[in-house]
Amino acid sequence: MSTLSACIQSYGLLGPGLADWSAARAVLSGELPHAAARTVLPPPAVLPPAERRRAGRVIKLALAIGAEAIAAAAGTAAADARLLPTVFSSSGGDGDNCHEICATLASRERLISPTRFHNSVHNAAAGYWSIAYGCTEGSTSLCAGDASFGAGLLEALSQLACGARAVLLLAYDADYPQPLYAKRPIPDAFGVALLLVAPDTAAQLPRLELALSNAPAASMVHPGLESLRASIPAARSLPLLERLARRRAGTVVLDYLDTARLAVEVHS
Amino acid sequence: MTPLQLTHFTATSCLGRGVSATRAALEQARCGLTPCRFETVELATYIGEVAGVDAVRLPAPLERFDCRNNRLAHLGLMQDDFDSAVRAAVERFGPRRVGVYLGTSTSGILTTEIAYRHRDPVSGALPEGFDYAGTHNSFSVVDYVGRLFDLAGPAVAVCTACSSSAKVFAAAQRMIATNQIDAAIVGGVDSLCLTTLYGFHSLQLTSAEPCRPFDAARDGLSIGEAAAFALLERAPAEADPEAILLLGAGESSDAYHMSSPHPEGAGARSAMRNALADAGLATGDVDYINLHGTGTPSNDSAESRAVVALFGSTTPCSSTKGATGHALGAAGALEAIICAIALERGLMPGGLHLRQRDPQLQLNYLTHNQRGALRHVLSNSFGFGGANCALLFGRAA
Repeated sequence: MSTLSACIQSYGLLGPGLADWSAARAVLSGELPHAAARTVLPPPAVLPPAERRRAGRVIKLALAIGAEAIAAAAGTAAADARLLPTVFSSSGGDGDNCHEICATLASRERLISPTRFHNSVHNAAAGYWSIAYGCTEGSTSLCAGDASFGAGLLEALSQLACGARAVLLLAYDADYPQPLYAKRPIPDAFGVALLLVAPDTAAQLPRLELALSNAPAASMVHPGLESLRASIPAARSLPLLERLARRRAGTVVLDYLDTARLAVEVHS
Repeated sequence: MTPLQLTHFTATSCLGRGVSATRAALEQARCGLTPCRFETVELATYIGEVAGVDAVRLPAPLERFDCRNNRLAHLGLMQDDFDSAVRAAVERFGPRRVGVYLGTSTSGILTTEIAYRHRDPVSGALPEGFDYAGTHNSFSVVDYVGRLFDLAGPAVAVCTACSSSAKVFAAAQRMIATNQIDAAIVGGVDSLCLTTLYGFHSLQLTSAEPCRPFDAARDGLSIGEAAAFALLERAPAEADPEAILLLGAGESSDAYHMSSPHPEGAGARSAMRNALADAGLATGDVDYINLHGTGTPSNDSAESRAVVALFGSTTPCSSTKGATGHALGAAGALEAIICAIALERGLMPGGLHLRQRDPQLQLNYLTHNQRGALRHVLSNSFGFGGANCALLFGRAA
């Protein structure tokens, strides 16, 4: 099997007690303790005021992590968001919006708001991203349930292997309100964006090699971080991010499907 | 791209179960749309409902996946011996080397919509038996198909609204091209639900009549449902001349509006141009275009502009949504199979329900079935959020 690989140009991250990638890097490398706190989602500055007001949690989350990765790549060839293909991957999309639609449909009137309806598509965040940045490149929006981070990583690396010079991967999940929360207890919002570039472009950047594996998935030593990893699909990236934060070469196995894990070899 | 072969394919829609029923309906220019009597929906619109979905039973070990969408998936997989073809591929390549790439927009949300009517009056809780991962989640249909065939390869749902099951061909092709897998079940499954019926109604995009793509007085779409699948594999060096090949895929984003296409069809045009470039073909090589053609004023106008700008006004085109309705997340795959049938039979299906041509739409829109030797056909799919995909299919010879 040919190996899929990529270099990481930049990161964006937002999660409980993790305000951005530099905060997350400090926690993941052990420099700072992880303080449990609700994820704070900033209003998406790139959207016009009307859309900004209506943007749900998942859209805020995706736009925030993507914007951080783009800003962190400033000055590099990959930093022009207009020219970047994107891979959005999320287990559930906008849970608040979904709840409102289902509640309305269960009422007598059944009058859904048109905005709620077009925001209900899984690719809503990708649509807003492309509009905000004027990006006309291809974009996909994936869902693989709990395996959504791994599915997004596979898709992004396969795009690079098929000729893309850079791909922005955004993996993110937000919590549902009740009563869906009881059936899908994602505790809080977590998202990670990786600006990935073709491995031949940037020898000085950390490089990943990816393969399917039967080995057991790595867990996090820190109980708070392990609880995030186990309960939020996008946080299944944490063992990889920890290795990257510590600049430690070697292989880390990530949870993916019930039938397969992903072995990621990190060359730092 | 290196061409891939659709070694088996099948489609189930309101036109019927399987390829021969679909082909017969297209040859007879039959419309599958009926006035909406779905569930408790009270809307004056036509729908493309698949008959008999409620009677489908999933295998007992996979009962937790029971919902309309997975019943429709199961029904579709059992047509044309598609399930046997998958099992043979798994035997040949091994369970790790067969991927599942399916498009859906609403998955099993009908189950959630109904569950919300049965919430506990005090606590507001959903009924005990509601299974989120088995029914509601977009991955549910992919998970179901993977478990039905005991697969262990990469699996994902592509959810880019109405281009979902066109994009799966591109995604699976990349996984085969990079040798991660040897074969993929690609396709789309989307089923009727209240969210889309009331949602498109709220946007004033549903017609009260069977939809009339490219008509001067077109006034909206008719929602349909479908399960359409293909088994995608590397084409042998000496492919059977009759073999149906995926030759190219083109993707783009409109970057314009969440629910309206770019008025000049800029994104549509670049998706088609990318598909041609990917296949190494010129516009003159395309014999027929299966249009996205939803029947909404804005889609058909933007798509016509895009086609005319790229191809001129001579390439024969039609939308088959007047026959099938708009199967949303399954439309790309359904129309891919219609393109395969077109290539096999030399059949360019005429678009139904057109009474008066729109003088603004300059493309060569077919209103009656036309016969001709077809070598290359293009299929367009455009989704909310401006997610576009064009696929190029061809015969080996």
